[in-house]
Amino acid sequence: MTATGANPTIVLVGHGMVGQRFLEALAERGLTATHRVVVLCEEPRPAYDRVQLTSYFSGKTPEDLSMTDMEFIEDHGIELYVGDPAVAVDREARRVTARSGEVFDYDVLVLATGSYPFVPPVPNKDAEGCFVYRTIEDLLAIEEYAKTRASTGAVVGGGLLGLEAAGALKGLGLDAHIVEFAPRLMPVQVDEGGGAALLRTIEDMGLSVHTGVGTQEIVVGEDGAVTGMKLSDGSELATDMVVFSAGVRPRDQLARDCGLTVGERGGITVDEQCRTVSDPHVFAIGECALAADGRVYGLVAPGYEQAETVAATIAADEAAFTGADLSTKLKLLGVDVASFGDAHGTAEDCLDVVYSDSRAGLYKKLVIGRDGTLLGGILVGDAEAYGTLKAFTGSVPPVSPESLVLPAGAGAPAQLGPTALPDEAIICSCNNVTKGTIRGAVTDHQCTTVPEVKKCTKAGTTCGSCVKVLGQLVNAELEASGVEVDKGLCGCFSQTREELYEIVLALRINTYQDLLDRYGREEARGGDGCEICKPTVGSIIASLAPTIGASGYVLDGEQAALQDTNDHFLANLQKNGSYSVVPRIPGGEIAPEKLIVIGEIARDFGLYTKITGGQRIDMFGARVEQLPLIWARLVDAGFESGHAYGKALRTVKSCVGQTWCRYGVQDSVRMAIDLELRYRGLRSPHKLKSAVSGCQRECAEAQSKDFGVIATANGWNLYVGGNGGATPRHADLLAQDLSDAELVRLIDRFLMFYIRTADRLERTSTWLERIPGGLDHVRDVVVHDSLGICDELEKLMADHVAHYRDEWSETINDPEKLARFVSFVNAPDTPDPVVAFVPERDQMKPDLPLLSIGMRPAEDVLEGSAQR
Amino acid sequence: MTLAPETTDLKVQLALDDDWFTVCDLSMLLPGRGVAALLPDGRQAAIFRDRSGELFAIDNRDPFTGAAVLSRGLTGSHQGRPFVASPLLKQRFDLASGQCLDDEAVQVTVYKVRTA
Repeated sequence: MTATGANPTIVLVGHGMVGQRFLEALAERGLTATHRVVVLCEEPRPAYDRVQLTSYFSGKTPEDLSMTDMEFIEDHGIELYVGDPAVAVDREARRVTARSGEVFDYDVLVLATGSYPFVPPVPNKDAEGCFVYRTIEDLLAIEEYAKTRASTGAVVGGGLLGLEAAGALKGLGLDAHIVEFAPRLMPVQVDEGGGAALLRTIEDMGLSVHTGVGTQEIVVGEDGAVTGMKLSDGSELATDMVVFSAGVRPRDQLARDCGLTVGERGGITVDEQCRTVSDPHVFAIGECALAADGRVYGLVAPGYEQAETVAATIAADEAAFTGADLSTKLKLLGVDVASFGDAHGTAEDCLDVVYSDSRAGLYKKLVIGRDGTLLGGILVGDAEAYGTLKAFTGSVPPVSPESLVLPAGAGAPAQLGPTALPDEAIICSCNNVTKGTIRGAVTDHQCTTVPEVKKCTKAGTTCGSCVKVLGQLVNAELEASGVEVDKGLCGCFSQTREELYEIVLALRINTYQDLLDRYGREEARGGDGCEICKPTVGSIIASLAPTIGASGYVLDGEQAALQDTNDHFLANLQKNGSYSVVPRIPGGEIAPEKLIVIGEIARDFGLYTKITGGQRIDMFGARVEQLPLIWARLVDAGFESGHAYGKALRTVKSCVGQTWCRYGVQDSVRMAIDLELRYRGLRSPHKLKSAVSGCQRECAEAQSKDFGVIATANGWNLYVGGNGGATPRHADLLAQDLSDAELVRLIDRFLMFYIRTADRLERTSTWLERIPGGLDHVRDVVVHDSLGICDELEKLMADHVAHYRDEWSETINDPEKLARFVSFVNAPDTPDPVVAFVPERDQMKPDLPLLSIGMRPAEDVLEGSAQR
Repeated sequence: MTLAPETTDLKVQLALDDDWFTVCDLSMLLPGRGVAALLPDGRQAAIFRDRSGELFAIDNRDPFTGAAVLSRGLTGSHQGRPFVASPLLKQRFDLASGQCLDDEAVQVTVYKVRTA
């Protein structure tokens, strides 16, 4: 076959992962349209994911592993010959001969022949029962032999693939051994300490590890099959099969045969364009190539980069492969192993920071330069910090190195704010938006506000949980570029929430309009405010209501117009426009009679019920007009509002404590009830959660709460600033061994100080991180009264406690307040037809019709509630 | 539109096709909050009254979620133009034009509204 006149021909030898990427790069550059592309593939199947090879043993089929979309091959007119390797290259005539005898003329030849497993030259290395670990065919053969003829298996080589192979043998039910010549496992990636941590974990999995010994001979029985191995320390290991996984070598025989230059230790010598140094018409990529920096790269990412480089070079674009980062992060037999940068500390004068816990299989080492620059590191057992650390490599991290490797909770774990995150960090995980993209929106797309950045990047537009971080990033970026950042609450107020709080308290301003008209921005005065400042000011007024002479009822007069819909209807809005109802169950303690009432109400109104994480019961699917009817029955049974709808105290969880538990040292339930009843209804910048544990076992999870209490033999320990959710944070110990009275007094002060100084929607955890001086400052203020304001803080809380009234019992007893709870102003009893439900698992769930389809006919839908 | 001094019998009316549809007494509208109205054809309108007494009406359906909840959003003004923020995912809609302020491609129907 000869190349047809018009289109030049590219022949690719080898269809592995790198070869496939090369084809994709050709297609992306439109080169498949202007070239004839021929692929010669030795294996019987097109390119598959060799990195995931071992997952075959966990149930993946060869088809699952395939990386080749045959439609892609056909659509681009690529001629793919599987099971037909190239056997000869005539560079003079520019012609390749395949094993089948077919001959292809080429204009460009790309060698992507990969590598072959290195088998040490020991006697009987080719005996029956000896295998390598490289292709799907190898795995099929290993599987067959292990199932029929072996009960013990040995792997030669304790590197990455060796460990995977040993794990696979064990998974096949064999007694598995690993024999590694180096004194530790994974000698290339980890150092001695990392190897020790790894060894412990691997041995715990039931694998036998022999390090520091070489294989001298494979012992065979009379039938010629493997029966054991002789090791260099003189011992013999009985085994029914041997898998060699002692590294790979570049497959450069084809290149050698046609006279291309190869390296001393193998590998086809190429320049920065991956062009062979011997022949401008021939390129080499992937594991068979000896790159311009003198290395053979055995990782897939550098191979991909080489593939892109060659495609670009063919298209006459500028591209070069000059070397790659060898950082890797792997999950090996369930163990995280990562190394990055100068992992072995080869730089002059560098120092190590090491955290090692062999018992837990943890090993973390950072290599630090004399000037504090992070040069590299090794992580075994927990590679969570890999992304951050890799990003900081080459720079001086903003916090001390040891804080980056200490486990959370030990000492003072590093708390890096969002500005310290690397550009690759995902900020919005719903839309997969990185910090770099967000920064780019500000620097390159001239976005100056969060809404603009949301629109530009889609970050924060799905669940919204990252909007706070988004704001911090946008401000930091603007400040960095010299723009003066407006720290005002919103377009209506140039003050922060804290400043507005001070104004309201000092001047006793008790209406929103008064505050807006006197202290709003010039252009906002006399206007209608916005959805940000209205609930914020509403919350400040509610927090200070008794003190500044405002009504304590959040729906009175003007206050009603300030509240978010949840506060407005004293229930939680759900996605289809229905609401959920959560009665207060203080401390999570509830008598059977009350449980029955909740059950009856849920049944009668057809509500979906779910136990919450805060030890209460949530009833979903109530329509607006049903809320008063539901609450009339709840109030009648002695329930009151649980404030699940408010930025307010939610629940105080508890364990059963001393009363029942044999470990308990205090009455945690009583304390939880006392605290919940004391702070119920307290409006704050964000929701407040709490818990009380009866002993140090911490069953109530108090350290994940805004304020958490843990019993001690001498009283109570108070923790503050904990959080679960999107950015978990363990709470900090504020004070120890407090009496009941001391505990309550300290919480009073802490909460009021938080309410006074926090930003809108700022949880105690982020507040503690943000305020100057952090925990120490807060401790100074609320424990040592450094500002002399504790009397005032306590008095404010006393006012709140004295004036608390249940919002729902006030509501159902006042016809005027009930007037808002209608579906339609002109048809108060007609249910909203959009609110419909369909059955699911013995209950029901929202049925939200698609907008374009319109509403479903009434008879199709299951009624959300019994007619009343 | 600016309203005549309030009297208890003023009614809020929406323009539907060529007719004015009476919804409720003006006194049912609290400045800064909305109400939902059921229209004869099954559609729903969200009617608002701002601080100055001006009335606005838009479709009650939140186009981002499909739920009929815009009447329960918080209102405000942006550069002098009144808006409501959806109580679900907080997108803002211009009350006079129905244009979504956070997504150019989205708009809700606007109804003419008067008192009589």
